[in-house]
Amino acid sequence: MAIESVAPLPWLVLLPLAWATLSFLLGPSRGAGIAIVGLLLQAGLVLLLAWQLTTMGTQHHAVGGWGAPLGIDLVADGLSVVMLLMTAAVALPVAIYARAWFVAKPAGAAWFWPLSGFLVAALNGLFLSADLFNIYVTLELLGLAAVGLTAATGERRAVAAAMRYLLATLLGSGAYLMGVALVYGTYGSVSLAVLGGLVESLPVVMLAAGLMVAGMLLKTALFPLHFWLPPAHGGAATPVSALLSALVIKASFYLALRLWFGVFEPLAAVSAAQVLGALGAAAVFWGSVQALLQARLKMLVAYSTVAQVGYLFLVFPLATGTPAEAAAGAWQGGVLQAVAHALAKAAMFAAAGAMILGAGSDRIDRLGGVGARLPLALFAFGLAGIVLMGLPPTGGFATKWLLLMAALETGQWWWAAVLVGGGLLAAAYVFRVLLAAFAPVPEQGRVTGVARSLEWTAFALATAGVLLGLFAAHVVTLLDVGA
Amino acid sequence: MILDSLLPPLVVLSSFLPGLVIFFLDESRVRLRTTLNLVGAVTKLLLIAYMLWGVFHQQDFVFRHTVLPGFDLVLNADALAMLFVTLSAVLWFFTTLYAIGYLEGAPHRSRFFGFFSLCVTATVGVAMAGNLFTFFIFYELLTLATYPLVVHRGTPEALRAGQRYLAYTLGGGAILLVGIIWLYTLAGSVDFVHGGSLAALGSAHAAELRWIFLLLIAGVGVKAALVPLHGWLPQAMVAPAPVSALLHAVAVVKAGAFGIVRVVYEVYGVTFAQVLGVLTPLSWVASATILWGSLRALAQDDLKRRLAYSTVSQVSYIVLGVTLFGPVGTVGGVVHLVHQGIMKITLFFCAGNYAETLGIHRVSQMDGVGRRMPWTTAAFTLAAFGMIGLPPLAGFVSKWYLGLGALEAGMDWVIGVLMLSSLLNAAYFLPIVYRAWFKPQAGEWPHEHILARGRRETGWLLLLPPVFTAAAALAVGLFAAMPFSPLDWVQLIAEREYAP
Amino acid sequence: MSLGLFYALVGGGLFALGLAGLILQPRLLGKILAFNILGSGAFLVLVGLAQRGGTPDPVPQAMVLTGIVVAVAATALALALTRRLADLSGAAVLPEDDARAPANPRGPDGD
Repeated sequence: MAIESVAPLPWLVLLPLAWATLSFLLGPSRGAGIAIVGLLLQAGLVLLLAWQLTTMGTQHHAVGGWGAPLGIDLVADGLSVVMLLMTAAVALPVAIYARAWFVAKPAGAAWFWPLSGFLVAALNGLFLSADLFNIYVTLELLGLAAVGLTAATGERRAVAAAMRYLLATLLGSGAYLMGVALVYGTYGSVSLAVLGGLVESLPVVMLAAGLMVAGMLLKTALFPLHFWLPPAHGGAATPVSALLSALVIKASFYLALRLWFGVFEPLAAVSAAQVLGALGAAAVFWGSVQALLQARLKMLVAYSTVAQVGYLFLVFPLATGTPAEAAAGAWQGGVLQAVAHALAKAAMFAAAGAMILGAGSDRIDRLGGVGARLPLALFAFGLAGIVLMGLPPTGGFATKWLLLMAALETGQWWWAAVLVGGGLLAAAYVFRVLLAAFAPVPEQGRVTGVARSLEWTAFALATAGVLLGLFAAHVVTLLDVGA
Repeated sequence: MILDSLLPPLVVLSSFLPGLVIFFLDESRVRLRTTLNLVGAVTKLLLIAYMLWGVFHQQDFVFRHTVLPGFDLVLNADALAMLFVTLSAVLWFFTTLYAIGYLEGAPHRSRFFGFFSLCVTATVGVAMAGNLFTFFIFYELLTLATYPLVVHRGTPEALRAGQRYLAYTLGGGAILLVGIIWLYTLAGSVDFVHGGSLAALGSAHAAELRWIFLLLIAGVGVKAALVPLHGWLPQAMVAPAPVSALLHAVAVVKAGAFGIVRVVYEVYGVTFAQVLGVLTPLSWVASATILWGSLRALAQDDLKRRLAYSTVSQVSYIVLGVTLFGPVGTVGGVVHLVHQGIMKITLFFCAGNYAETLGIHRVSQMDGVGRRMPWTTAAFTLAAFGMIGLPPLAGFVSKWYLGLGALEAGMDWVIGVLMLSSLLNAAYFLPIVYRAWFKPQAGEWPHEHILARGRRETGWLLLLPPVFTAAAALAVGLFAAMPFSPLDWVQLIAEREYAP
Repeated sequence: MSLGLFYALVGGGLFALGLAGLILQPRLLGKILAFNILGSGAFLVLVGLAQRGGTPDPVPQAMVLTGIVVAVAATALALALTRRLADLSGAAVLPEDDARAPANPRGPDGD
């Protein structure tokens, strides 16, 4: 069989479902191995898909040969493939990390492998779906898997956080579903391709768009709808935190981006975009300041996610109603930010987890001596922090450069101020951790060593976040396919 | 030739790769670490020697890699770049030797040498950056790589200094970034080209271009320690001596000064900058920095802090030279980039030797040290005389050209600044020299770590580097007229800059 | 007003009611019920609005069936979490304290 004729699209959904089921049946010890093999295969499939995309353009697949409207269409364009690549690039190292993590801390191991398989299947399905309803289903599957993972340790704080998260995510997808119902009632179709030519600014469609976007804001935890995120991301088992912060919130952001600049483009108003940007700016400042105030390392990292989500939403004012070139740059910058943050935040949680294991406490003021005992984990944390600060030559820098260019080209200097100020605030909270870890040890030998793979996977993720900056042009080229 | 375009990145990698490996080395692998350090340093020197020959014969060494659509990472080994690259690589070699001796038996050496190599990587990157985009990448990398060295000792004082260092440099970086991007939105792409590229934009954007100039200079001025942005430098002296020597005498402050040279000559173009009227205010800032730094140096008893304020003052000679419109002023400023580096690194090596050998940290403890450590003190004296500007030392050559340049540019008041500053230099250096040679030793040395063995006053790895650099400070002054001397090379640069 | 539009309006009302309940109900069980009402409202709009031609449209029916399955699964998860929370803390309500995750400098060591 020629390699061109392999259709990776359905397998990207089926494969994780298969290993999820298998690992549920075989138990956590063998499940880990199965999951890692499955994720390796998935990475290969995504690379193949990316190659097909660059040579042959947008890829389509009708599931079961049925096609829309009764069947399900899967479509992969540049944006989808970049998101799929991000998922594979984060999920594989996190799985290797998790395998070592659950040896040290077994609570929740039995749930982790099956649920993370469903999570990855839902993400892949979401990024490949070509109709609003299929997106709803994958969104719900994603939310339920994420909530299950949050609660996996069974501790009170984690369960309470999961419950809060569940209610938020259900409300978000409920609003989205209502929007889908209104759109279908108006146009009789849920296909993104069909709707693209139909949508016009009717009140009912405006309402639908408003509900769907609002639902996504809640799920992406944009300030002030972020209340559920810090306890969930800070309270879950560390590999789960990494998956949630890196990938899950990106799915709803992806959807907001897809809808705003796709189907609902005729409705997109500059004023609404400015409001989204303002919320983003508020998120950057609020999240960063909260991160500075946290006493616990994982809560600091979680609040950093609140801040970083803010940058994502600067895309909307920079790419709505602005000249085409600036808009394209901003849009690329937004997607790159999603990817850069995914890699860096997964690295940061992974490194934080290793440091917490070593120090035996997740309080920042108890991290002294980590720098000497776990230099690689601390180095990974620092590298990830540099990505988040947007310093060169990292992925975060490529992002900041593109967004700053767009801001100054369109004369919206106030967003430039947010970008620059946010970077400095990020530096403040990242170096707060580094300072604590550099501090001399109060008691000799208090910090213990951890499994090497915990440190190395964190380092690999952080390095990927750095290299993204040097090869951002490749990602941008890929993004342009079918855009 | 494809190989030629790969040479600039190879020069960058020749310290990056060893640094990366060293970072992951176990603390106890002293021999392997030393080998890696030296192999990297020597490889870099050889590559640079080959490139110097090529650049002299008008050969181009340009490397391009597209990072974002429309934004390339460009490494261009032009004559100006080679000046700074050679300076950093030669001094890196000596400082590596020195650091091996200095840190013998100290903890966290893998971390130290790892970041140390990264710093040099960033410095040669800054030197060879072919556009502002690339310059910024390496400029920020330098900030990040130096921070762990400043806080290396982990004492509360070091951590505090590190925080201050970051606040200044990251803040400066943010300002620089805004300036660069603003310029890109106006001018499209901004490569460094001889004579600058902005004159084409003309006077229509004059007001914006002045603001951008302010942002760019403020951004790089932090590292160049222009008053009032110099507050981090004296604090950063808590770092180990090799760090103060190479980074805060050469790499970091020079990266800032070099940035100013690039912005004025190769972004704006010195002629266009003169038309915009931005050079004169810059010359005031530079003069103020020269005098303020010297005045503050007078008041310091801590030796390294006195040297640090002296750095603040001396680096601004470079900036001052840049603002003197005309080739002679250019020569004076740019050549001081090299001369000041050689002299100041010597002084820091010597300060490190006093501290490491005898526990001397203060000027007031130095009575009679010349008899205990004659070689070190001789090197110190030579470098100090150079700083004051006594002929035939390196500093004299710089000041001579600066003075001529000021007359040529019609800025006679600069002569006054130079004379006053030389007097102040003498006032804070000569007492040290006097104490060391002519005062009798006052009691025990504060903390004698290394005992004299026969005629060797301290470890030979500590002794050789300052002796060599002091000799170099004498040589570049004595043989300034010889081909391939720094002065000769700078005259080549100035000719190309002012060529019509 | 057609019957379909009537259904849709009722659906909208249920959605609003569910939304209010989800936010205002203090007890978790109440919130879960409210979510179900909200979901039913959306389903009703989906089926109701699509019936303009007089003949029923099979596509939204299939969607609603799928949606019900999803809602049941979500409800089951929510109930399981509620029970677990009630077992651990003695009450089926969300604890107020860790909602804002205060920066308590004297908090106990976690992991």
